[in-house]
Amino acid sequence: MSHIPTKDEICEPENMVYSRTCLLTDNALSYCPGCGHGTAHRLIMEVIEEMNLQADTIGVAPVGCSVLAYDFMNIDMQQAAHGRAPAVATGIKRLYPDKFVFTYQGDGDLAAIGTGETIHVCNRGENITVFFVNNGIYGMTGGQMAPTTLPNMKTATSPFGRDTETMGHPLKITELIANLPGTYFVSRQSVHTPANVRKAKKAIEKAISYQKLNKGLCFVEIVSNCNSGWKMTPLESNKWMEDNMFPYYPLGDIKVPK
Amino acid sequence: MKDIRLMKGNEAIAEGVIRAGCDGYFGYPITPQSEVLEYLMANKTKERTGMIVLQAESEIASIHMVYGGAAAGKRVMTSSSSPGISLMQEGISFMAGTELPCLLLNVVRGGPGLGTIQPSQSDYFQTVKGGGHGDYKMIVLAPASVQEMYDFAKLGFELAFKHRIQVMVLSDGAIGQMMEKVELDEQVPRWTDAEIKIKSPWATTGKTPDRERNIITSLDLNPVKQEIININLQKKFKHIQDTEVRFERIQCDDAEYLFVAYGSSARICQKAVLLGRERGIKVGLLRPITLFPFPTIELAKLAKQVKGMLSVEMSAGQMVEDVRLAVNGVVPVEHYGRLGGIMPAPDEVLNILEKNFIKEKSYEPHTN
Repeated sequence: MSHIPTKDEICEPENMVYSRTCLLTDNALSYCPGCGHGTAHRLIMEVIEEMNLQADTIGVAPVGCSVLAYDFMNIDMQQAAHGRAPAVATGIKRLYPDKFVFTYQGDGDLAAIGTGETIHVCNRGENITVFFVNNGIYGMTGGQMAPTTLPNMKTATSPFGRDTETMGHPLKITELIANLPGTYFVSRQSVHTPANVRKAKKAIEKAISYQKLNKGLCFVEIVSNCNSGWKMTPLESNKWMEDNMFPYYPLGDIKVPK
Repeated sequence: MKDIRLMKGNEAIAEGVIRAGCDGYFGYPITPQSEVLEYLMANKTKERTGMIVLQAESEIASIHMVYGGAAAGKRVMTSSSSPGISLMQEGISFMAGTELPCLLLNVVRGGPGLGTIQPSQSDYFQTVKGGGHGDYKMIVLAPASVQEMYDFAKLGFELAFKHRIQVMVLSDGAIGQMMEKVELDEQVPRWTDAEIKIKSPWATTGKTPDRERNIITSLDLNPVKQEIININLQKKFKHIQDTEVRFERIQCDDAEYLFVAYGSSARICQKAVLLGRERGIKVGLLRPITLFPFPTIELAKLAKQVKGMLSVEMSAGQMVEDVRLAVNGVVPVEHYGRLGGIMPAPDEVLNILEKNFIKEKSYEPHTN
């Protein structure tokens, strides 16, 4: 019988083609299995490591599923009040113009309670980077309707579907802020397939490297699934996202530097 | 030669923070304190000391910009007036939970609601008892002159960093708007980034290989840990109560009757003490300078000496509750206040003191 290699034998340096970035901690992710947050975290931390920015980075975590982002990201971080991450990041960046400052926010945080802060941080053209994870639902509080919830989509607070006549329309905040002269680079990506992960990483690289140019705010939206909130399996939720979210929130660069 | 200038209270504190080495001011216009932001903008602070001044889109954004700067170890501040301070309570509570040092200024106007732009002291409860959610206190400094508006900028930052706490200068529309002479002192240099790392090793300045990552958060979902966080906060407040009480005694040594008043009301009572002495009444004034920590022990001592105390406030009776707690029933404590932006006159408060404690005790509401 042939020798079955042990884990230690497999993990020889010459066999290693990929390893987790050292900018992610050893803490077990608190996200639901199947959720896109973990991949988004990994991509951002990978890019910060590759650009050797750890000592210059200050991140701002929101209220929402990613409230505990600082447990997983091995960088200096501040936890902001609900929706206020752009203001917090403004305070940091204005006082440390040479640091790399980013926020990581969900759709409830960025496009509902923090809409004012979002519009104005973009309008001032703060030289920060905003990562916006849009899953069309309030995940942490248990699947309530978000500003980005699609028409007729059922949530805990729209149990018969979002009625746009009484509950408003899904807010395309990314298109909205792309119109402001203060934004420099605006892109919408997803992380549900290997090809999309690679594209998302490229957008994240741009959004991070452009900050040094001091030409305005860089914004990357990641349309993500919320299999728990949508009450689907991870695979079903990814399919549903492709069929329903992407037509309303089309992927790709929305504003690129001239 | 001394640098003496005639300044408005709002201008004096603005000059004070520049000279105290403030790194950043974030604010939103509101009467009667807009001169703070205006003065800072006009003074080109970026060129003078490197201080950043930014007009935010709201008071909510202002306080969270302060949060971001403070969490990164900088000396930062905001200012507003009552309705704006109400909006800031979320951020103040978050700063209390994360023990971030900062300087806040409330140039109080009458409320509730949009109220009036005239001076008032009706934000005492909000400021001293904690206006936001959770069990917390701020150090509260109550200036009674334009000079103190200036002085409390530097003192405020010193106390904020000494205790890692928010310091609120609780002023009012009269102190903010009136002009008096102010003696200015030397410029304190702003801290360098290297100094910040030493003075505030907890600050988020970027994780370097020589230390673990710094995290500023008020969240701990484990109630056992959250209780320990709260117990430690209370220990800090107790330590501040024991060590940072400030007050001024005016003609208290032989006093038989006592005014207790802060800020503008203290200025009025100071004049009332002079008038009272002319009438042969041995009256004094105890002026709390810190409202938290409150001069509880000093008032308890004075309660053994005087026959009665009158708490004079431009409110319906807020500080008087703390005076009564300090006095604990040893002598009668009465309250007199004018509301909605009206300031009492010195003879008015003296007459009330006489009516309450010296003439027969038959109180009649004052009418103009």
